[in-house]
Amino acid sequence: MSVENIVGQGGEHLVVHGLEWTAKELFTYPNEFIYWSIQIVMYPYMTGLVAGAFVLSSLYHVFGQQDLKTIARFSLVFSLALLPVAMMPLQFHLQQPLRGMNVMFTPHFTSAIAAFGIVFSTYAVIVLSEIWFVYRKFFVDQIEILKGKEGAVDRFKYYLYLLLSLGAFDTSDAAVAKDKKAVKILAGIGIPVACFLHGYAGFIFGSVKANALWMSPLMPVIFIMSAVVSGIALCMLTYIIIMEFKKWSAIIAKGKGDESVQVIAGAELDVITKTSRYLLGFLIAAITLELLDLIFRGYTAMKSWDILRSVMYGKDFIHIFVMQYGIGNLLPFIMLLVPGLSIRRVFFALIFVLFGVFMMRWNVVIGGQAFSLSFAGYMHYHMPIIPHNMETYKEGLFGALTVFATPFALFWVINKVTPSLEYK
Amino acid sequence: MKNHVLRPLWVVLAGIALLLVVRHFLVPSDFGVEEGGNFTYNYHRLSSIDDWKNFKVKYRGKQYCQECHEENVESLLDSPHEIIECENCHGPAIDHPDNPETLAIDTSRAQCLRCHTYLPYPTSQRSELPGINPQDHNPGENCVDCHNPHNPDLENM
Amino acid sequence: MSCSRRDFIKNTFKTTLASTLPLSAFKMLSPAEVKAYTGDSSIRWVFLVDTQKCVGCGLCVKACKKENEIPYDPPITRTWVERYVLMKNGQAHIESPYGGRDGYTETKIRENEIPPEQIAKGFFVPKLCNQCKKPACVQVCPVGATYQTQDGVVLVDRKWCIGCGYCIMACPYGMRFFHPIHKVAEKCTFCYHRIKNGMKTACVQNCPFGARRIGNLKDPNDPVTKVIMTERVSVLKDEYGTKPQVYYIGLDTNVR
Repeated sequence: MSVENIVGQGGEHLVVHGLEWTAKELFTYPNEFIYWSIQIVMYPYMTGLVAGAFVLSSLYHVFGQQDLKTIARFSLVFSLALLPVAMMPLQFHLQQPLRGMNVMFTPHFTSAIAAFGIVFSTYAVIVLSEIWFVYRKFFVDQIEILKGKEGAVDRFKYYLYLLLSLGAFDTSDAAVAKDKKAVKILAGIGIPVACFLHGYAGFIFGSVKANALWMSPLMPVIFIMSAVVSGIALCMLTYIIIMEFKKWSAIIAKGKGDESVQVIAGAELDVITKTSRYLLGFLIAAITLELLDLIFRGYTAMKSWDILRSVMYGKDFIHIFVMQYGIGNLLPFIMLLVPGLSIRRVFFALIFVLFGVFMMRWNVVIGGQAFSLSFAGYMHYHMPIIPHNMETYKEGLFGALTVFATPFALFWVINKVTPSLEYK
Repeated sequence: MKNHVLRPLWVVLAGIALLLVVRHFLVPSDFGVEEGGNFTYNYHRLSSIDDWKNFKVKYRGKQYCQECHEENVESLLDSPHEIIECENCHGPAIDHPDNPETLAIDTSRAQCLRCHTYLPYPTSQRSELPGINPQDHNPGENCVDCHNPHNPDLENM
Repeated sequence: MSCSRRDFIKNTFKTTLASTLPLSAFKMLSPAEVKAYTGDSSIRWVFLVDTQKCVGCGLCVKACKKENEIPYDPPITRTWVERYVLMKNGQAHIESPYGGRDGYTETKIRENEIPPEQIAKGFFVPKLCNQCKKPACVQVCPVGATYQTQDGVVLVDRKWCIGCGYCIMACPYGMRFFHPIHKVAEKCTFCYHRIKNGMKTACVQNCPFGARRIGNLKDPNDPVTKVIMTERVSVLKDEYGTKPQVYYIGLDTNVR
């Protein structure tokens, strides 16, 4: 339908939200469009990365998995970089973005979205607190180092660290021990809160009885599992990239045969191999639940099954079975299990995993809107690629890319304040 | 040395306090659950209902037209078109004759075809309405060129 | 260290307590004290659609758009009329172009010629917001921007809605949409501004055939109530548990 430039009686440009990127087929209700598009796919994806990164960090702090020590600090800071980005897709999606804070002012707790807002704020507080306890000694040390310095950047950093220390200057062993204890407790609380967080994201969809694909009690659990998978995968991936960069820096500086290169490479492979075991565990859990949901639906064959089947086995077959289950689950599963794991193989496996989790979000959000409420028609989503107005930017490819790129930019900034990349 | 461990908590509490202060100014004072209602279905800004009650009425109904246009209305009431509202073709009266001074009449062929394209549907009253095949019966012409909408029976003209 | 553990239990307890503060504040500061007269509880609005009488003229859709200032050209609408043509071989043709705004002036459906002798049934189904007794759309609003009045109508607060679209996704009947100008959720209001002043809704008034009627379920002498109580009526999609308050005469199993 090419009615984008509808001009209203007052001459104002009328944009029917969703009209431009929705192609309708057969019988759909007049008001049906794909209202929840790419940004609603990004939202659980980004919050999943936050939760997953945090869980990975907590595995070290709570369960003392020493092999994870190096990656733990990094993933904690990275989850901080991801936190504000979790709000971005919502700000891009809301028709009234300036009213977004209303969720904090008058939360209607019967709505999963309102509850999610509160849970997410709690989670943000936990992550921030934990980082404070991890870095407090570092802040105080920096204050000492920067005390006499004169340069503008140094003065700024001095006052920044002063503020961040919250006036807690005691770096005695007793105080630091308290910090470590606090970290352990926060990390411990953080794991169930991260589960709660992603359970809620799943509940947002799973509780919508009007949507035949979303309505399922398994949704919260599926979301939790795939969130952890994506978080671990992203942390591992970023860790590999950074370690490879360090390795190549060492090679350029000292030559290939130098011992430091071997140390880096060895440590990297060790950490990655052990972390990938955890990844596999959650991957298995995620795929099991999704297959269970599918099999159950096919077996019980409720009223919606005919249209769902035509969507899943027909129109979305490639999205679901080839991209998500095949490339996103089965392939990395095999790649991680075959003996003789190498960094290169893990690298590609992780990219496939991240792709798979993204496709899972896509198949839930977009797939759930691929069929009409009438069960007698379809809607196709054509994601806007080249934006020509604010709406096609915000709810298009470039909006999604902006959201995806921001945590890396933020991490670069945050890492200057709370450095997390030293290696042993 | 005071226990520094609680410092983040103070920051959090300060944040919550700030939120409550901002909330006090930004949230309308009549926001809540109305008396006799429940949180699930009745949580809202109470004065919103007045916003809707005060929405402007546009369609006035036949009796409003009859006050001035008696002849036309009487003629209509004597014909099979008595079931049609004046405003169906003349558009909503709103504050006519003050605003708008005149109403634009829809005399298009499409308007009449809404009912009078014959559709052969066994279980619908539609098939009992007098109707034509728009492709055969004077295609492209306006029906009102021959049929008076206020008294459409050609024999009465 | 026991000192630290105790502090942590205190810490957690205080945080939990502190986070309940905003929750209780909503009730303490809440306008239960503001006893604004919000609605008449001696009325429960109910709607009756007679699909035998509907001829698919679409005058209701046109009237609704003009009465409620819904932009006329865009394909969104507060109410619509669906056309069903069911063939003898079991095939079903269903459509609602622009919600039936321009009426049904062609025998063709989606460019397909329909041979009249093969039509088993043909009819029209007007639809509008069911003003459900247990509206799923209200339940999922994260900010309390949509609500149910005491007399049963579900309304949207245009000044508070954040435009998240959750209510649109939650409605099993597809009644809601985003208003292209106000950029908030929008839906049929049973012409609340008219019915509160003794008038009928725009669609009821403008239907020449009496296919649409509105009444008060709490008034046993209301003609609409009498039909609902004494004749065979049905509702749409009652399996969702929303308890819709729009009743239909003459619904068919093929109706979506």
